[in-house]
Amino acid sequence: MSTQTLANPAPQTVATPPSAERKGLTKKELAADHPTWCPGCGDFSVLALYFKLLEKRKLQQDEFVSISGIGCSSRFPYFVQSHGVHFIHGRALPFATGISLSRPDLHVFAFSGDGDAFSIGGNHFTHTARKNVKMSLVVMDNQVYGLTKKQTSPTSPLGFKSKTDGWGAIDHPINPLKQAIAMGATFVARTTSTNPNHVLAMMEAAMDHDGFSFIQCLSECVEFYEGAFDAANPRKGGVFNEIPKNHDVTDEIAAYKLASTPFPGYFGVFYKVNRPTKNAKESEIITNARAKIQGQADWQLLQKSFERMK
Amino acid sequence: MSATTTTASSQGGTPKVSKISEAVIRIAGNSQDGIQAIGGFLARLAGRSEQEVMTFMTIPATISGGPSIFQVRIGSGEVLSAGDEADVLLAFYQHSYEGHLASLRKGGIVLFDADHVVPKPEWEKDYRHVPVKISSLTIEAIGGTAKDKGKNIFALGLIARMFDLNTAKLEKLIGERFGGKDESVLKNALAAFHAGYGYSMGNLTDLFQFSEAQQKGQPQVVMNGNEALAFGLIAAGVRFGAGYPITPWSDIMEILRRELPKYGGMFIQCEDEIASAAMALGASYAGRVAVTGSSGPGIALKMECIGWGIMSETPLVVVDIQRGGPSTGMPTNVEQSDLNIATYGSHGDAPRVVLAPANVEDCFYTAIEAVNIANKYHVPVFILSDQAIATRIEAFPEPDLKKVCQDIAPDLSPVPDYKPYDLTAVDGTSRRVVPGTRILSGKYPVATGLEHDEYGHPSGSPKMHLQMTARRRKKLQSLASTFAAPKVYGPPEGNVLLVGWGSTQGPLREAVDRSRAAGDSVSSLNIRHISPLPNGLEDIFSGFNHVIVVEMNDEGLYGYGQLAAILRARFCDPKIRAVNKTDGLTYKVKEIIERVKTVIAAPAKA
Repeated sequence: MSTQTLANPAPQTVATPPSAERKGLTKKELAADHPTWCPGCGDFSVLALYFKLLEKRKLQQDEFVSISGIGCSSRFPYFVQSHGVHFIHGRALPFATGISLSRPDLHVFAFSGDGDAFSIGGNHFTHTARKNVKMSLVVMDNQVYGLTKKQTSPTSPLGFKSKTDGWGAIDHPINPLKQAIAMGATFVARTTSTNPNHVLAMMEAAMDHDGFSFIQCLSECVEFYEGAFDAANPRKGGVFNEIPKNHDVTDEIAAYKLASTPFPGYFGVFYKVNRPTKNAKESEIITNARAKIQGQADWQLLQKSFERMK
Repeated sequence: MSATTTTASSQGGTPKVSKISEAVIRIAGNSQDGIQAIGGFLARLAGRSEQEVMTFMTIPATISGGPSIFQVRIGSGEVLSAGDEADVLLAFYQHSYEGHLASLRKGGIVLFDADHVVPKPEWEKDYRHVPVKISSLTIEAIGGTAKDKGKNIFALGLIARMFDLNTAKLEKLIGERFGGKDESVLKNALAAFHAGYGYSMGNLTDLFQFSEAQQKGQPQVVMNGNEALAFGLIAAGVRFGAGYPITPWSDIMEILRRELPKYGGMFIQCEDEIASAAMALGASYAGRVAVTGSSGPGIALKMECIGWGIMSETPLVVVDIQRGGPSTGMPTNVEQSDLNIATYGSHGDAPRVVLAPANVEDCFYTAIEAVNIANKYHVPVFILSDQAIATRIEAFPEPDLKKVCQDIAPDLSPVPDYKPYDLTAVDGTSRRVVPGTRILSGKYPVATGLEHDEYGHPSGSPKMHLQMTARRRKKLQSLASTFAAPKVYGPPEGNVLLVGWGSTQGPLREAVDRSRAAGDSVSSLNIRHISPLPNGLEDIFSGFNHVIVVEMNDEGLYGYGQLAAILRARFCDPKIRAVNKTDGLTYKVKEIIERVKTVIAAPAKA
């Protein structure tokens, strides 16, 4: 391989039809295993809207990959008929980074839960955001550990009674939006699974963002934390406040202030700036390095290094 | 220093010149004195003179300063170890002199900086003392402001004179090393070198000359094990790596970060060890084989990811440059104590491949073998190197790069159907289908750590776990059947077989040579496929009365080191016994011979 690089992979052997003729995949084609989530779980809505996104944007199965960690939400890739990965607890983001950096031809979607992304995977959340790796992360936040049957999560509110906090949670909860903004994420949004149109709009915006896009999606756990998000659901007597139209999404401080609003707070894109992605910067390093080698084959390049070691 | 002939006699001040076939030179100073640079020059010169060379160094595990040594053994014949005793000790300080004189053979030469070292009269009769005011003479040669800089190059000049080394080649090496810097740096270096070379060493009238190299005509490259490993990975087609800094693995990530972009690849420094294993797995899943690496503690952190690689059948190369453990242990010392974690680490039944390169040259070829196995059998493969090979410099025949360089880019052409975990294909050598590939049946696989069906969808059925566990095992059994039995060094039958792995190969072979010269029936065997083991070992063992596994790790709770325990478990043979050590230093040949004698004198326990 002398011409193909990670920055510029070989074109696929089968030509993809031009997008005008291309048909979006239907839900029937995209649905794989029957979801194992509990009836009423908010995650169903996210899955359905992911199908809708793929259909609407006419993504074929050789153009995207879905990756997850561990948790209820992270069963996600099994339910999608596409190349998918169910990785280990907390580490979906570095795995997804490996794919994103080495395969710029693929859309990389990562799905995670609040424990997976902010607790065990907190470090990776920080570093994937600061590196601005091109991918979309949807965290289905239910503020509780569901798969392991009701323990406190990093987003559980103070006083939340769980099996690990019988006297009520005493640790200050993480505000994922503030955290993401502070860490240098370039796209930070919030939505709730009870508002399908809004979820789809956020996913589309995230997919179009050139960089690390993060969506916090409130997704109720009907088994272990019923009613957690009622205050944000108009059908349950709550209010769904969209981010004010005059909010400047490039204003970090304003975004931070909006993100600090007490629950139910605001929904929409809090922060969005353009900063070169890690993908672009690595690709630039490769392009510059290869410009100097003047079409030499790999073995000739290696020979040069060996000459210096004689 | 084995003298072969004496060609000239001392006459009218003309020094006597002895032809020698090899020499061990130990340089002792502090870590900022540039002693590695002298050693490196000597090693590189030997390589360019078609001589064999092996080096050994210790550096302190401190941030700056501290005593440090560099030992270089140069030979016209095969050099198998860095040498038990030095022929020449170059001592810069009193502590270098007092701390290392014991490593000098009786009658050997101690060349010392008379500005810093006061010789001990009681030692002067046992060793030949050559005082040179190295520090002040260097300042005199290159100017008053030079302080301690350049004294290493002055000393190199002294050694060049003593061993009648090729000055033109050395000047060229100095030029290559300092040529990129400010002009005055090279000028000063050459001035220091010539001052040292021209210095009359008073009472040392003997000079030495290496006899003609045996390997004449074959181009050689000179590098350390970490360099050989890094370039081996590149030759193998690795184009993505991820890691986190740790001694002694960091050099490899530094080389790959610098080199891979030229080949269209990249190396990512991650936030931690776990992320680097995860990221490398992600890149491997997405296409070609990726690499991650570390040393002991970092490998422990990667283990959950590696278990996922085994379960999901994702290729990966994991480089472990072993150092003293457990925990942070002895970061700059050698030990071979990660064999167990490499072989058995991760939870559950998690079979994987473990390879151990035997020397610097083998680091290059093992890297290629590891990538090929990972790619063919869809499994994580460990390369167990160690601090001793990682940092030692050896000369070896230049590989035929046009032949060995390979491309392992994925095939993205569509497939009719794809079962990544096909139960009928137990050897795992089917085409691996990566994302971006169209699967015409419309049934897409999931790469997963959960027990799964043939498409990767979760299945916890007792039958499926049984079948899949067997599948993961069987493909490695199938791999094992392709491994040829290792070759015995020395006669294939006899009294004692010394078994080793990794960097002890050379010292064990030298122990065989010395023992046989002394009339003892000793052979040795290096095992480089640690897991799975190659076939045919029992036949080899049956030819010997004693099988002694020599390794640099503790004897363990039951009296066997790590490889010895694996071999005993595999062969249930009480004649397999062990010689172990954990002082963080490489084996001396005489240490092996003495300790093996003690073991075989003791009765074997069943």
